[in-house]
This record gives sequence, structure tokens and C-alpha cells, in this order.
Amino acid sequence: MAFASSPDPATSDLTSVKIVVAGGFGVGKTTLVGAVSEIPPVNTEAWMTQASRTLDPVSGGDGKTTTTVAMDFGRITLARDLVLYLFGTPGQPRFWPMWDDLCRGASGAVVLVDTRRLDVSFAAVNYFENDSDVPFIVAANLFEGRRTHELDDVREALQLSGNVPLTTCDARDRGSVVRVLGEAITHTMDVTHSATPATAQ
Amino acid sequence: MTANPWLRPYVLTGGRTQTRQHLYVHTLVSVQHYDATFAARLMPEAKKLYDRASAGVQTVAELSAHCGVSLGVTRVLLGDLAAGNRVAINPETYTSPYDSRLLKRVLHGLRELA
Repeated sequence: MAFASSPDPATSDLTSVKIVVAGGFGVGKTTLVGAVSEIPPVNTEAWMTQASRTLDPVSGGDGKTTTTVAMDFGRITLARDLVLYLFGTPGQPRFWPMWDDLCRGASGAVVLVDTRRLDVSFAAVNYFENDSDVPFIVAANLFEGRRTHELDDVREALQLSGNVPLTTCDARDRGSVVRVLGEAITHTMDVTHSATPATAQ
Repeated sequence: MTANPWLRPYVLTGGRTQTRQHLYVHTLVSVQHYDATFAARLMPEAKKLYDRASAGVQTVAELSAHCGVSLGVTRVLLGDLAAGNRVAINPETYTSPYDSRLLKRVLHGLRELA
């Protein structure tokens, strides 16, 4: 195997974990990633290749078969041997194959919503409720630090199942984002290890 | 920005879209013994990835982003390099992303940050 001789301490014990940050366009995903990342959020352009071309509505008459998808990611070192990566999903639902890819192997997900424009995050909520096994929570981003809707109203508008935690956050605030990430991990622990009996959240 | 705007991705990968082992976007990759002679024979995209990976342990996504090589192509090329023992793919320390020992460590780390 490839690791026949891998005594190098640089690689031997480093573990990476991933939390996916989803939500519609403009809800603050990049801000959230930037608030906690120790590197500037890398806004990368990944290219979907031939496998996904049937989903590519922007292909022009030039025979181009790839679509540019922006996604960003950040990194938080949690321990000498443990690094947490945050991956922001591209906002548009037409990039769902990309979402599948980003979510594979994730330890949790946060769907960020803007209470003034809940509709832009419907697709993300639907995705995690129906098309993904990754446990997720929903966080209402408090733009200008104000809560514009009661959380119960938000839950109802999103038609969120009772067992999906709903919280608030200020995507610009490091402490707030760290708390939300912790809530996402706690939720994953709750749903994947039924050691905690049904407390709904 | 793509590494080479004139080539379709499948040309770089010989038409392949799969790798032998699954590489997540957050899978860590490194080069343990950099071989300049070997690097010189690589195609530009593979060389970029190989060179960059030799700078230190990085994720597939980081390598893709920094080298301007699409994720799909990055995976295939890294898979080739790994098959030839040129890059090391960090073994998964935990069997599942939901492993409770792992999650507890993540929570602990986050609390330290707060």
C-alpha cells in the first residue's frame, strides 16, 4: 500500500474533520467561515466536470462542458493533531452534486438562514432533511445583531422537524460561530449515539 | 483560473473520473520524499499538485484551490500519485465522522476556543 513507509510525523497522526455550512445565496456563509478561520476563507472555484454536465444550464454555444462553482472553506486547528475544516456550499441548488461531494464524510452541518429572506435557504433545509444523512442544525443569522422573527415563526416557515435544533448566531462574531459549531457537533452526537434519550434537541 | 484553459479536464486524467481510494475534500495529503527528477517528468497540473503537497500536509480542497486544478482532476491526479507511492494519503484515524471519541475531541477543542 501507499503507506508502507510512512513514519513521517508530519502525516502520521493529523486528523481532519469537516463541518458543512449551507444556506442560500447571501445569507452570510462566507462571513461565518471567515469569523473563525485561521486562514482567510479560501474562495475557490471548483470545476464540475463531464459527469455533471447534464446539470449545467450555463453552458454556452462554445461547447464548454464545465461550470465554475464557487465554494469557500476555512480551517481551525483544534489540537496539535486535529484540524476542523469548514466548507461553505455553493448557494444554488443546481449544484447539488457538489453538495453531495462536500457533505460526504462530514461530522455535521449548519444551515444558515436570513430571517428576512428565509426562502433562499429552503432548498438547503430540504436537502439536509431529505437527501443527506449528515445531521444538521439551523442557525438564524442575526444581521445587525437583531432578531427580526421569533424562532418559532422561523421554524414554522421553514417547516422544520421538531428534532432539528434551531438557534441564532451572529455570523460576524467568532464566539457566536464557535458556539454554533459546538451545537452542530453536539447534535450529531445526540442523533448518532442514542445515549441521550429523546430530548427533541 | 484554471491551470490550463486549453485542455479539457478529461484529457488531463485520461478520461478517468474515479480514484481507487475515495478522497474527500478534507482528506489530508502529503509528500514525504520529494523527488525533483520525478517532478520534472510530470504534466504541469500533476507537478503543481506534487510540488504544493511537498510543502506540508494539506487537504485535497486546499491543493485544488492553490493549484487552480479542479477538484475532480485533483482527485484523479492525487490518486495516481498515491498509487505510485509519491504522495501519502493520511489514513483515517477514526472509522466514522460520527465516532464519539472524535466528536468529543472536536467539542473540547471548540470549547477551548470559546
